[in-house]
Amino acid sequence: MKLKTAAPAIVLVAALALAGCSTPEPAPTETAAADTLSGTINVFAAASLTGSFQALAAAFNEEHPDVTVTFNFGGSSGLATQIVEAAPADVFAAASPATMKTVTDAALTDGDPTDFATNVLEIAVAKGNPGGITGLEDFANADKTIALCAVEVPCGAAAAKLFDAAGIVPSVDTYEQDVKAVLTKVELGEVDAGVVYVTDVLDAGDAIEGIEVDSAPVAYPIATLSASANREAAQAFVDFVLSSKGQSILKAAGFGTP
Amino acid sequence: MPAGLALGLLLLPLVALIVRAPWAALPSLLAEPTVVQALGLSLTTAAISMVVCLVLGIPLALVLARSALWPAIPRRLLRALITVPLVLPPVVGGVALLLLLGRRGLIGQWLPFTIPFTPAAVVIAQVFVSMPFLVIAVEGALRASDRRFEIAASTLGASRFTVFRRITLPLIAPGIASGALLCFTRSLGEFGATITFAGSFPGTTQTLPISTYLLLQTDPNAAIALSLVLMVVSVVVLLSLRDRWVPGVLA
Repeated sequence: MKLKTAAPAIVLVAALALAGCSTPEPAPTETAAADTLSGTINVFAAASLTGSFQALAAAFNEEHPDVTVTFNFGGSSGLATQIVEAAPADVFAAASPATMKTVTDAALTDGDPTDFATNVLEIAVAKGNPGGITGLEDFANADKTIALCAVEVPCGAAAAKLFDAAGIVPSVDTYEQDVKAVLTKVELGEVDAGVVYVTDVLDAGDAIEGIEVDSAPVAYPIATLSASANREAAQAFVDFVLSSKGQSILKAAGFGTP
Repeated sequence: MPAGLALGLLLLPLVALIVRAPWAALPSLLAEPTVVQALGLSLTTAAISMVVCLVLGIPLALVLARSALWPAIPRRLLRALITVPLVLPPVVGGVALLLLLGRRGLIGQWLPFTIPFTPAAVVIAQVFVSMPFLVIAVEGALRASDRRFEIAASTLGASRFTVFRRITLPLIAPGIASGALLCFTRSLGEFGATITFAGSFPGTTQTLPISTYLLLQTDPNAAIALSLVLMVVSVVVLLSLRDRWVPGVLA
């Protein structure tokens, strides 16, 4: 019984302590004075943004230390479905306008989405290029083992366009569920080549080598969501992504400017 | 009350699936060549997996059942290792299979042929995740069976094989049947290990759960319809088990 009565007291003390923490400093400096934001925001972001958005959040927290940024990284199509099914999201950053459209069509964004980055496709081969891949033409060779994203996800749709434009019919061995799955297959040496984003090649480090291809850039749109319980912080995060500081972080990860 | 909650937790998601299913569009969706192809591949590979599980799993169950006489440590280790695929995330199982049988795998690099991205890889992935069900079901049946019949047969001059075929096998037949059906249904629903080890190519390695997952990205209604098909097949198989799927009860 003692424990039972003690528990609410502990919660109360903890709550008071937390409340104390979030009280603004009485003698604010100029930068701290500007920041009244706090709370948590849930950012749903395309899997290809994993590394760069984590870096972005760290830089964002330097300006807004009281905002906790929680990420849900995944395939853009899946994330869009989750948002439509009422997942608690404040910001959505998609890897293609088509996946963002699922959310805008459902009238769930707060205003129009803004393109914040672009990405281009690249051929990924394992270190040392054991399959001897030189370009897109090799994808038509039935002797080579090839992985692409499934056409249902953005990287697969973009790859399909790329091959259409080049007039090449790829001899595909597996259609993977997302870009990271393609990279895994390449890295393990199970396939000779795959098509991924240039940012994924950079992110994968030494294990993967990229071969440039002539591909049209894909735009990445971002938007705050109307169901957000913390709109100000969500908007601040989007603004930060679009700021020069945010853009330089994205540029370092290999993204282009829209 | 907790029993009701448990039943609700297990059944209500399926009810939601049935309610949300696009019934009007169902016949045309299910007639799609890609769906027919995926269903055919799933049924074929699951059936082959079940046979492989039977051929390899029954001898393993016999060893496991007889291991009661072994020292505790190897006995427990064997049992734990056999059940590992049950608790392992299937994707991890798929990676492990790639590292063993892939083109650069421990064994795979010495093979004159490649296994990943073939229907054989689908079967291997399915066997990996479903074999424990068979082994555990058959082992339970063996432990519950009365060994005196086997001993009596031996003293009457029956060879070990005759004893197995004429006495043991009929005694544990219900356990084998339930284990085999569990294997089949688990193989039918296999997703993670398959997409990781075998990949996904229509007609070759893209089973029904994989095409369901991919369809969910673009056409949720079609994905719901496919889920319904998988559910109906599984329920029909499990109904045919009736109450026999608890090993030990059947003796």
